[in-house]
Amino acid sequence: MTQYIIRRILQMIPITLGILTLIFSLIHLIPGDPAMQIAGEGARPEDVANVRKALGLDQPLWKQYVTYISNLAHGDLGRSFRTNESVAKEIAARYPATMVLAFGSMLVALLVAFPLGIISAIYRNSWIDNVARFFALIGVSMPSFWFGPLLIIAFAINRQWFPVSGREEGWKSLVLPSITMGLALSAILTRMIRVSLAEELNQLYVTTAVAKGVSRGKAIFRHALKNALIPVITILALQFGSLLTGAIITEQIFSWPGLGRLLIQSITTRDYPQVQASILVIALTYIMVNFISDLLYGVVDPRIKLE
Amino acid sequence: MKTLKRLLKNFAFTAGLLLTLLLVLAALAAPLLAPHDPNHQDTGRRLEAPSQNHPLGLDDLGRDVLSRIVYGSRVSLRVGFSVVLLASLIGITLGAIAGYFGGWADVLVMRTCDILLSFPGILLAIALVAVLGPSLNNVILALVISAWVGYARLVRGQVLKVREMEYVTAARAMGAKSPRVIILHVLPNVINPVIVMATLGLAGAILSEAALSFLGLGVQPPTPSWGAMLTAGRRYLGLANHLAIFPGAAIMLAVMGLNFLGDGLIDALDPKYRKLMR
Repeated sequence: MTQYIIRRILQMIPITLGILTLIFSLIHLIPGDPAMQIAGEGARPEDVANVRKALGLDQPLWKQYVTYISNLAHGDLGRSFRTNESVAKEIAARYPATMVLAFGSMLVALLVAFPLGIISAIYRNSWIDNVARFFALIGVSMPSFWFGPLLIIAFAINRQWFPVSGREEGWKSLVLPSITMGLALSAILTRMIRVSLAEELNQLYVTTAVAKGVSRGKAIFRHALKNALIPVITILALQFGSLLTGAIITEQIFSWPGLGRLLIQSITTRDYPQVQASILVIALTYIMVNFISDLLYGVVDPRIKLE
Repeated sequence: MKTLKRLLKNFAFTAGLLLTLLLVLAALAAPLLAPHDPNHQDTGRRLEAPSQNHPLGLDDLGRDVLSRIVYGSRVSLRVGFSVVLLASLIGITLGAIAGYFGGWADVLVMRTCDILLSFPGILLAIALVAVLGPSLNNVILALVISAWVGYARLVRGQVLKVREMEYVTAARAMGAKSPRVIILHVLPNVINPVIVMATLGLAGAILSEAALSFLGLGVQPPTPSWGAMLTAGRRYLGLANHLAIFPGAAIMLAVMGLNFLGDGLIDALDPKYRKLMR
């Protein structure tokens, strides 16, 4: 296990470096003179020069890259053009809100997907199964930026059960955004649980258990379901990345004060240090989650050959 | 023919095919189907609810919503087909090279894929559009850069299996050069899953374009785009709910149709999947 962890960490290093390099190059993809584009039309030459100096664009490319990596190693993500505050500080303030939203959505997805997926697998090819499969297709087709406003109309405007936007009302503020983001994930998980459990129910050990007198319910929940959950855990971890990007959209819909909303605001105001740093944090979070899920997979299933 | 008959018996596939044909028809015949000019503004009647003259109402600038939805299908299809075509061409080429030749080509392509896949969802597309500037062509470019990776990995995996087959060995033994072997013998036998991925990729591209436009990073006004229409819809929730409902329904029907189509194709082309469902 230790060898596996070390090997995975070593594999992550070149990928992390690749991500850092790609994010570093973003500024240089700006058409024309990046400093002029960022300073905006009608900017004075001295303002353009200041922007160029602030971004380090007056240095040779290799030096810019080395400075960038060195600053990152010291936790320095740069300063916001808009507020002149440390970008890391702004991100640290917003990050927890995005994580709360992501976990809230996962909870919603699990609460929906588990019963639906299990019933669908047990009664496969019945009308319940067809309903669950239809729900799964609707779930992945329905855009969150449509579903969210529909929920707002139904439950925040017409009924006032939940707030329209913001995070001021505690858990109530979390409900509609979590359902919005959780829908697509619940559809994917429902499908996954259904397929995975159906496969396990076909296995000989389940037939043997029932033949030996174990009740069908016990055979399903005590034996088959445990094994069926192994691929589901992996999918859940992989889908966490989709939740992070889904949060960018959901936070816009509900004016949720998270990292996604900060990213879009930064793009609108051309605050490129903030843009770069926000993208970096989201990408690194995704890599870490994948890494943890790889480890979890090995722990949950002892049969997995980690070599 | 047998496959087509089986496909048409599948309700989901048939429904998906009909929805997709409707989408294509709307895009091709937009000038004939749209009852009004999509950019004509009647500011005195802003946010008007659905009526006989304007079945889906008017938007925040007094433009006919139905006409803008019909014309918006052109943007969606243009982005969808462009992304799928370009991403699949790039992905198939690089995936075939990586899988067939292996070695450094494989390492380079796969490590690039790993790096690009480390950006979840449309994050990379958002990053690219943020620096390149919002426009239809930049959206297509950004989505192509994100999407080719899936095709490359799929084709590479398939090519690794197929290149050891006897007919490929025989072709090489008869003196056929590598490009000929890849194009004539290897690729035709890996194309089925690529077709399914392309169908689902079309749905994904339409959804991604709508998402980027919703965030203000996609198609710019006055070009009608379903995602941008939803941005306006969100601003007027409670005042003009029709602005939030109808463009979103159009996106969902289009994406659902393509997902049904893709699912139907999986059913037809993947025996393992079909076996599990019975």
